[in-house]
Amino acid sequence: MKPGPFDYARPATVERAAALLAGSGFAKLLSGGQSLGPMLNLRLARPDLLVDLTHIASLKEIRETKDFLEIGACVTHANIEDGLVPDCTNGMLPSVASNIAYRAVRNRGTIGGSLSHADPAADWVSTLTVLDAEIVIRGAKGQRRVPMANYMLGTFEVALEEGEFLEAVRVPRFSKSARWGYYKFCRKAGEFAEAIGAVVRDPERGVCRAVMGATHSTPILVADATALIGQGFDAAAAGALLDRHEITDAYERQLHVEALRRATVQAGA
Amino acid sequence: MADGDIKEGKGVGARLIRKEDDRYMRGRGQYIADIKLPGMVEVAFHRSPLAHARLRGVTIPEEHRGSVFTAADMVGVKPMRAVSGLPGFKPSEQPAIVTEKVRHVGEPVAICFAEGRAEAEDIAASLIVDWEELPAVSDMLKGREPGAPLLHEHWGDNIFLESFVDGDIESIAKDAAIKVTREIRTARQCMAPIEGRGVVAWWDNRLNQLTLYSACQMPHIIRTGLCGCLGLDHAQVRIIAPDVGGGFGYKGILLAEEVACGWLAMKIGRPVRWIEDRREALTAAANCREHHYFITGYAAADGTLLALEAEATVDSGAYSAYPFSACLEAAQVASILPGPYDFKAYRCRTYSVATNKCPILPYRGVARTGVCLAMELILDGIAVEAGIEPYEVRLKALVPPEKMPFDNITKKHFDSGDYPECLKRAVAAIDVPAVRARQKRGEPDGRLIGLGMSIFCEQGSHGTSVYAGWGIPMVPGHEQAQARMTPDGGLEIRVGVQSHGQGLETTLAQVANEVLGIDPAKIQVVHGDTGMTPYSTGTWGSRCMVMAGGAVATACKELGKRLGRIGAKLLQTDVANVKIGNGEVVGPSGSVSIAEIARVWYLRPQDLPADVDPGGIEVTAGYKPQRDSGTFSYAAHAVVVAVDPVTGGVEILDYVVVEDGGVLVNPMIVDGQVYGGVAQGIGTALLEEMPFDAAGQPLASTLADYLLPGSTDVPSIRILHMETPSPYTEFGQKGIGESGAIGPPAAIVNAINDAIRPLGAEINQVPATPRRVVEAIAAAARAKKVA
Ligand SMILES: Cc1cc2nc3c(=O)[nH]c(=O)nc-3n(C[C@H](O)[C@H](O)[C@H](O)COP(=O)(O)OP(=O)(O)OC[C@H]3O[C@@H](n4cnc5c(N)ncnc54)[C@H](O)[C@@H]3O)c2cc1C
Repeated sequence: MKPGPFDYARPATVERAAALLAGSGFAKLLSGGQSLGPMLNLRLARPDLLVDLTHIASLKEIRETKDFLEIGACVTHANIEDGLVPDCTNGMLPSVASNIAYRAVRNRGTIGGSLSHADPAADWVSTLTVLDAEIVIRGAKGQRRVPMANYMLGTFEVALEEGEFLEAVRVPRFSKSARWGYYKFCRKAGEFAEAIGAVVRDPERGVCRAVMGATHSTPILVADATALIGQGFDAAAAGALLDRHEITDAYERQLHVEALRRATVQAGA
Repeated sequence: MADGDIKEGKGVGARLIRKEDDRYMRGRGQYIADIKLPGMVEVAFHRSPLAHARLRGVTIPEEHRGSVFTAADMVGVKPMRAVSGLPGFKPSEQPAIVTEKVRHVGEPVAICFAEGRAEAEDIAASLIVDWEELPAVSDMLKGREPGAPLLHEHWGDNIFLESFVDGDIESIAKDAAIKVTREIRTARQCMAPIEGRGVVAWWDNRLNQLTLYSACQMPHIIRTGLCGCLGLDHAQVRIIAPDVGGGFGYKGILLAEEVACGWLAMKIGRPVRWIEDRREALTAAANCREHHYFITGYAAADGTLLALEAEATVDSGAYSAYPFSACLEAAQVASILPGPYDFKAYRCRTYSVATNKCPILPYRGVARTGVCLAMELILDGIAVEAGIEPYEVRLKALVPPEKMPFDNITKKHFDSGDYPECLKRAVAAIDVPAVRARQKRGEPDGRLIGLGMSIFCEQGSHGTSVYAGWGIPMVPGHEQAQARMTPDGGLEIRVGVQSHGQGLETTLAQVANEVLGIDPAKIQVVHGDTGMTPYSTGTWGSRCMVMAGGAVATACKELGKRLGRIGAKLLQTDVANVKIGNGEVVGPSGSVSIAEIARVWYLRPQDLPADVDPGGIEVTAGYKPQRDSGTFSYAAHAVVVAVDPVTGGVEILDYVVVEDGGVLVNPMIVDGQVYGGVAQGIGTALLEEMPFDAAGQPLASTLADYLLPGSTDVPSIRILHMETPSPYTEFGQKGIGESGAIGPPAAIVNAINDAIRPLGAEINQVPATPRRVVEAIAAAARAKKVA
């Protein structure tokens, strides 16, 4: 379980990183290495070049506006858990962060790496989808932004063009009265989820969103979940969503519906 | 003194801090991966990606010729063979490197080396192997069917061994008011010591000797096995087990990798090293626990157990592993299924089935973990039928203390103990009425509470007669130990067993202290090196404290006599007048310390009279207990769980172990053994499973898929001790190392069933995963609808 040979570069700026990515050969970005490391060791990834993003200062920055919080791609789960990143979600971000994997993984794993790795079972994938976050993408030609729901395309698949990478995420600010729910079921502490239910209710902003995550692909998003969770939890409607996404296994269906129900209860709906 | 109380001093019974922990806790242990020899190369194996296939050829790229060897190069190397003397056993031949046919995923096809492991893996990946794939046997029951693909064609079937214990079930069955039948399954597991396997081998020209370091549990047996395969004399092989980070049976085997690395070191004249990685362990070495039972218990209307009938199948994997053979588990199943109970009739047929999986090894508890699960599920079934508490069924059937020692229905000789009292203490500690009351109240979160118990006895330290009966390559005889004084009054204890977490460097020093009174700080226990220790079958079967402990005591007593004779000379008195103890020889008019005697013997012999006993102060002695049929420690486990009926999640709320290991040499270390064992048992019960697809591919190839219990899965375990001495051993101690891992699956599954029984559901399989729990509940709901 040792990786094949590769070159390693540690750029100091996003421009330099973009240039390295655009170079010849198969380059792969390295952030926390918590997913890529095992893939290299198992030789599932055989890049010619690793471009380490973690020494680019701007990727660790936090920016706040009155509408959103911008978190740099290389901010770690632990930073968010520890409150080193200001919270605009009435506690949702740090709570989710603190239940990702084990502390050792959280110390290195990054929000940008997690979202770009796009494992359907990853916590940020579901969380930023329910939060309606925006993804800031950097490429040789500059920046562009896409909503999280359009960033992840499928399992291990994101909307990055050749030479692009995730620079930051923008999380909309909750109003004071907003409530959230997040429930994940996993076999043991620190394991990836088998089902995730996530809910955000923010009537002041006119937001009522729900997500069923840790499916076989992108999270199932209900952008207007008023009917699903507005009058108590509609289990039949949740089941119909699973039908539509061809999730047929009885056990998985039960877990997904229950995870969403528990998240709904937590969100006070 | 009450059981488990703290004892004064540093001898038998003291809770002495472990001597070896000083280096372990400071990160100064010396494991295989810490060994670096000048000129050493790293090895990677090209392993079979297929479970069953004929090898047509291996193409080695031009640039790597000379760094790759296959079976064709290893002329004269013999396959590993572990024959059993049990009638009808079919032997297998396991080549170190695949010759014509591969029989499980992960078998080594070529040994590759380079300066670093990554380069060695590059070379291994560059080989092109031509395979002719064959249909595989990936399920033991299918492997038994006529027409199944054959692993060893000349056998005509896939059965290593069929064994049968007969009894008159029919006469009991016809009048039995209660009959409970179950089909029970345990998963194939992969033992997971923190340190995997590893080998360093080099040829010592001065000694004309292959020195092979291996993370192993039985260096002397490895030496004998390796000599056989490589055609070397014992004098030409030295095996050293340095610090070893856990074994559990995983390292109680002659490895293909040991044979291959030993051969390679001789071939290329350089030291070679192979360190197993986790992927190799999971894909090439998931090798234990897989049992299947059809089992029926018969009982009277009041729940008294009358008879037991079973057919057990054990998935033995592709080969008979050296030295324990492919049938150790199944043969044991037949003899130990009756557990600690007394009943009238018993019948059991067992099959050891060859499948396209890696060879089965005995894992901590060996067959007992599965056996205990099968038996204890039946007893809970009887309790339900009889309408009484599960512990009441057990109390009716347990061998009572007044019958001890007791020969049970399979002629196992239970040495001593009070089994009913053990169970009663567990019942009291877990507080059965309180749990029942809580169940009645119900939980605010909708979870269901369940109470489960198991009780079992563990034959340990079984000796010559038992193993001679199985007729495997390794039969333990008298266990030997060496006790030798050093000139400064230190004591060296040399033993052929190996300590890989058991704390023997401490407990054997405690034994020596008990006999001679020398401070354990001045006692060095030397183990794990065939060049420095007497021959032994090594560490397995919960045998060390009884066998090596007895041997150390015997050697120390003889050493004491010799010291006494010299001491008497120094005290100018007759040997009949002196006594030894507390580190000195005491005479009628004075005393002399053992240290002084050693100093005089080695450094000032001129102070001794000419007629001093010339035997010296180095002693090797052999030991057997008064009976070699084994000690029987026993334990009751009681557990309370909360089951989430919607997600199937199981949380352990309380866990009690009442354990009787006879006289405890170091109760603190015993507690540690029990904690660790229970953690592993929880893994068996709830988490660990290596699934295989129909082609024999192992499906959990990383620890993200093969789930091990972590700190959050293991509750704080409450341990209560009883200490009933064994009448046959040196201090009354019994083997106890494996015990903790035996009881949990039975207790936990019984608890889950207790929780979900109101829903009409039951589970008879481990691990009891959330999916299985939910599916059991769903099946019960469906059955209700139909009815
Ligand atoms: C034992 C264990 C348990 C885990 N449990 C969980 C869990 O419960 N929940 C959970 O959510 N996660 C879990 N993880 C995953 C963890 O959160 C990782 O941190 C995350 O998946 C990847 O983040 P990273 O920074 O380590 O990325 P890396 O491993 O460095 O990279 C991952 C992938 O993303 C690419 N990449 C990295 N950064 C960028 C970027 N800025 N733009 C574009 N592409 C990029 C890489 O090229 C690579 O393909 C677990 C990991 C481990 C090892």
